[in-house]
Amino acid sequence: MSVYLTIDGKTIEAAPGATLIDVAADNGVYIPSLCYMRGKPCLGTCRVCSVKVNGNLMAACTVKVAAGMEVAVDDAEAADFRNALVEINFSEGNHNCPSCEKSGRCELQAVGYELGMVASRFPYRFAKRSREDAARHFFLERDRCIFCQRCVEFVRDEETGRKIFSIDARGWKAEIVIDVALADRMTGERAAEVAEMCPVGCIIEKGRGYDDPIGKRKYEIKSLRQRVLDGETA
Amino acid sequence: MTRRLVIDPVTRIEGHGKVTIQLDEANRVAGARLHVVEFRGFEKFIQGHPYWEAPVLLQRVCGICFVSHHLAGAKALDDIVGVGHASGQQITPTAEKIRRFGHYAQQLQSHVAAYFFLTAPEMLFGVDAAPEKRNVLGLVEADPEFVRRVVALRKWGQEAIVSVLGKRMHGISSVPGGVNDHLGPEARDRLLHGADGLIGLETVIAYAQEALELFYAYHDKERALIDGFAEVPALNMCLVDEGGNVDYYHGRLRIVDKNKNVVDEFDYHDYLDKFSEATEDWSYMKFPYLKALGREAGSVRVGPLARANVTRSYEDATPLAKAALERFHDYTGGKANDMTLHTNWARAIEILHSAEQLRNLLADPDLQGSNLVRSPSKSDWTGEGVGVVEAPRGTLLHHYGADRDGKVTFANLIVATTHNNTVINRTVKAVADAFLSERELITEGMMNAVEFGIRAYDPCLSCATHAIGQMPLVVSVFDADGTLVDERLRG
Repeated sequence: MSVYLTIDGKTIEAAPGATLIDVAADNGVYIPSLCYMRGKPCLGTCRVCSVKVNGNLMAACTVKVAAGMEVAVDDAEAADFRNALVEINFSEGNHNCPSCEKSGRCELQAVGYELGMVASRFPYRFAKRSREDAARHFFLERDRCIFCQRCVEFVRDEETGRKIFSIDARGWKAEIVIDVALADRMTGERAAEVAEMCPVGCIIEKGRGYDDPIGKRKYEIKSLRQRVLDGETA
Repeated sequence: MTRRLVIDPVTRIEGHGKVTIQLDEANRVAGARLHVVEFRGFEKFIQGHPYWEAPVLLQRVCGICFVSHHLAGAKALDDIVGVGHASGQQITPTAEKIRRFGHYAQQLQSHVAAYFFLTAPEMLFGVDAAPEKRNVLGLVEADPEFVRRVVALRKWGQEAIVSVLGKRMHGISSVPGGVNDHLGPEARDRLLHGADGLIGLETVIAYAQEALELFYAYHDKERALIDGFAEVPALNMCLVDEGGNVDYYHGRLRIVDKNKNVVDEFDYHDYLDKFSEATEDWSYMKFPYLKALGREAGSVRVGPLARANVTRSYEDATPLAKAALERFHDYTGGKANDMTLHTNWARAIEILHSAEQLRNLLADPDLQGSNLVRSPSKSDWTGEGVGVVEAPRGTLLHHYGADRDGKVTFANLIVATTHNNTVINRTVKAVADAFLSERELITEGMMNAVEFGIRAYDPCLSCATHAIGQMPLVVSVFDADGTLVDERLRG
């Protein structure tokens, strides 16, 4: 049995309990996100997918659709809120796209382009967080972490099920940390998947650098928007 | 009363510097210095970054010759991972030719910018022409068609860079052990035959010949000025191939004297054994010199004039440039050419040489090859690498170290302008002696002559000090009491 809701005034049929951000994508409406990965549990950390649901700002990845729901994506206040959250991420860390190995396949960069971001309205914090290079497969460029927690929740040791990444400390002192012993048990293939999962250039593979030529990088071949609308993970 | 002249900033150069000229009580030049007054610190802030980021980050020291920095860094990375020349290995033919292609394309566009936009105003209007005329806008006003051809020529060079590095500036092509892409047939044909808004290669070569003709016409008209302007002695250095002729991408470093005798030739990995660097408290730019000869006798000149002096002949496959170089050599009868303004002649020859080398590479099917990277085994890792290329302005060196985790532990850059530091200072002194000594009245044209001499080297002070450069140079004249008498400031 289906439910009917409206997105930007257009009536849409959806399965009850489906996630709003997926329903929107399936109906040609792109909602940006930095933490949500289609097919995986909602994290709800970045809030960049905020839209108005029955007049209230809510993160679309946390909302299950229901009959009669009125959703506004193309809404000035919601759009400004989404833009502000993306800008905060750029101001809070050190995101120097031109020299970053993730450039061209970075979701933060791609979302910035999708939103037409030119500059951040917030002062840059110039975070000074240490790099971590102890793990066999990974460099952690902590200045680029946006605390989406994908790595925290979705990366586990295959044998014990224990988490490999976690967030240490709180507030402005928070930083991502890695259990080196567990991380070193990963295969190279799994490590590549983990690095790819990071939406920014924080978790990068050791020894991988700029293999994809400019113009042929992930989001240059096919935009993030189109990938989302096609139902891909990101 | 003695006087001190200041030119601040020196204009139409890359970076920020100033010149001070000290006059004694008889208005004779007692001293002249080029001060480089900027500092940046690239060698420091690369430390701790992953080694593969070095050529990408450090190329940003320069917006003109970034491909040279990218390639010098890439060669150093080849060494670090164990597939470079230090280990006696070679990257694949496609990888090396793609790197060379980007390098020659950059040399073309860089030399065109320096030659036409920074130097041609004096060649066409005279050293003492009115400042409002003596610039690129003056060129546009005098001959818009000429400027259109120059823009088209430079654009072709930029588009050739885009075709292998992905962007006009600060692109990415080289990775440790090779390159990340080849040149596709469509991009090749576009560069060969031209497209809407883009000239073809034969037109590039025709316009490059015009650059030479411009110098010949200027030389015919102002022979005494050009030949007598700052003839400064120096050793000449460049990378050479096995035949002893310039190789812009790789080779051994050869140094020749006034009689073109080889003073030294060595593997560039040994540069620390050969070179030392002096410092002065009045400039951020160091003064490299050959240890064996000492600072005064061991300072070298690099760049177009040095390369033309070291090289005996270009390859047969670049016949137009080869003939031009023979004419250049004939002019000094077998001796090295120390005439500063002949650097512009050598630069024009190199524009043509680059164009012919690019034509030859575009005909080489290796550019469409698919074997791009030579992957080392972990046991090949060396953790240290040196890369040297001949940048448009001369010999450029990058030296990196990395720990086993892949973090850069140190970096050293010696750029062409740094090598030329002593020679540029000698040039400033020579021009000051000729144009400013014993003159009661110092004119703007006289001061510009000093800048014209400096511009022959197309110095890049931003690279040379790795400093944040946005403003050009300054010339000041002081009296013996240290009182500022005259000064040229720009900006």
